[in-house]
Amino acid sequence: MNLNGKKVTLHDMSLRDGMHAKRHQISLDEMVNIATGLDEAGMPLIEVTHGDGLGGASVNYGFPAHSDEEYLNAVVPKMKNAKVSALLLPGIGTVDHLKMAKDCGVSTIRVATHCTEADVSEQHIGMAAKMEMDTVGFLMMAHMVSPETILEQAKLMVSYGANCIYATDSAGYMLPDEVTAKIGLLRAELPTNVEVGFHGHHNMGMAIANSLAAIEAGAARVDGSVAGLGAGAGNTPLEVFCAVLDRMGVETGIDLYKIMDVAEDRVFPIMDQPIRVDRDALTLGYAGVYSSFLLFAQRAEKKYGIQARDILVELGRRGTVGGQEDMIEDLALTMAKEKGLI
Amino acid sequence: MSKKLKAAIIGPGNIGTDLLMKIQRSEWIEPVWMVGIDPESEGLKRAAEMGIKTCATGVDGLLPHVVEDDIRVAFDATSAYVHAENSRKLNELGVIMIDLTPAAVGPYCVPPVNLADHAKNLEMNVNMVTCGGQATIPMVAAVSRVQPVEYGEIIATVSSRSVGPGTRQNIDEFTRTTAGAVEKVGGAKKGKAIIIINPAEPPLIMRDTIHCLTEGEPDQAAITESVHAMVKDVQKYVPGYRLVNGPVFDGNRVSCFMEVEGLGDFLPKYAGNLDIMTAAGLRTAEMFAEEAANGAITLPERG
Repeated sequence: MNLNGKKVTLHDMSLRDGMHAKRHQISLDEMVNIATGLDEAGMPLIEVTHGDGLGGASVNYGFPAHSDEEYLNAVVPKMKNAKVSALLLPGIGTVDHLKMAKDCGVSTIRVATHCTEADVSEQHIGMAAKMEMDTVGFLMMAHMVSPETILEQAKLMVSYGANCIYATDSAGYMLPDEVTAKIGLLRAELPTNVEVGFHGHHNMGMAIANSLAAIEAGAARVDGSVAGLGAGAGNTPLEVFCAVLDRMGVETGIDLYKIMDVAEDRVFPIMDQPIRVDRDALTLGYAGVYSSFLLFAQRAEKKYGIQARDILVELGRRGTVGGQEDMIEDLALTMAKEKGLI
Repeated sequence: MSKKLKAAIIGPGNIGTDLLMKIQRSEWIEPVWMVGIDPESEGLKRAAEMGIKTCATGVDGLLPHVVEDDIRVAFDATSAYVHAENSRKLNELGVIMIDLTPAAVGPYCVPPVNLADHAKNLEMNVNMVTCGGQATIPMVAAVSRVQPVEYGEIIATVSSRSVGPGTRQNIDEFTRTTAGAVEKVGGAKKGKAIIIINPAEPPLIMRDTIHCLTEGEPDQAAITESVHAMVKDVQKYVPGYRLVNGPVFDGNRVSCFMEVEGLGDFLPKYAGNLDIMTAAGLRTAEMFAEEAANGAITLPERG
């Protein structure tokens, strides 16, 4: 693979997707410490919000240590060069949250929908574009449908005003050929002024390989997470990815040693558990299940005595989508009843 | 004289047609008019085939017939944008308006929780909240009538096929309206609503999760009894309303996991979210008719 001379914008997820792995309990000091480290390392874009995006604070997804507003107000003023982004899932957050984020100094809004439901994002993408924000349409669980469907949904988001479209491997299910097909079709068919992006998870150990495939197929933005701090087996570990890109001659503008140090000295020490391809994270990737279900399934295993792996496989079979965390306890209860455990 | 109240349905779409099929079985409501704006619409043709008078010139086309046909109740299944005008015009003629749009001009109505009060007060416009609200607020109320609920949260998961373009274009309206009604009708001090749209095939039956955080330790026995009683009340008009799991108690969290299967009249059975709206709308009209028949309320006078 020859990527020599290409440029890519990396986008750090540790303070948003990483919130899943931390049960949304990252402290303000930890956030500022990691974000300033990333800023100094040259990371251009850093996402900060509840793991489930603006307005994600809930019983269903977990109450965070601090509100989105508090996190954003702590991080944004400390940034010298990096811009801060926020995620918004219509159905969870509203345009009121979007305006709040803009007022806090967020410059990039990423509006996320399931890969077949882009038409719920019209009011949010429209509003962000109208406020002249960098507006990204983020199609989640993109492994579940064909490249043609992803393209059709992407076109809807572009028509609402998005200037960048992501194919998002929320389940860490994709293999590189699939990434090539999906990113390649988006790049070939979307207007040239619309960027294409890829967001990976490492559940099948493919995050780096998939991200390289994405760049080769035309992705201008790639998400990752310093030290891999993210849902499931984490996101594409950015310090590793930077080293790979460096050897391949891809320009990222990031200082490799500095981002290695952020990973080792600032992120690794705050992990509650090792972020690795353990049995359950591997199941997410294998069965095509939303990565943030991991800790919920493991908690249900403890409480109801049903193996997390069995719960996750069943969730995959039922075609659950992002945000259906409430299904996990419900299903565990049903399975425990069937087994006569309760 | 028949005890049935005569009704008009405004909006011959999926909801209006499903409602018409339900009303035809009602002992208390008689469907007379179906009102649309497109003479070629399938919905108007269907209604005409079912023997209902139709008009394709909107509510204005219905107005001259209201007194003559003694229309007492109207169901508005159009959109929030036109509801306020529809309601004003029909209220002036003494027609009670059941609002199935998200306009929320009148007070929220969730039948087993507060319908009796609205009927007693002869509210001339009641709003049916949202599908997620109809499916979940009874459960919040079942907990809050036992002990104070400091926070109520509902998650409604609906099949992609059952969510129309109106809801999609303004999904924030769903989350805001539902959260507001979780507070105002459900009795939670703070409300939150989440909606998830799932495209799985075959389509999934509407499912809903209700989490309440109680003030103090939840009284498990009393809450469990109250929840089961409330499920029975909803089943009177939505037989496919089922408590799948719960109530589950975890600290001060009380959680119920529901499934709502529709009757499959015009809308498929999986679209319990739409069925519970039409069933709740009809139940509301019936309560007004019952109260009028037994003399508890007096309908506006007609010359």
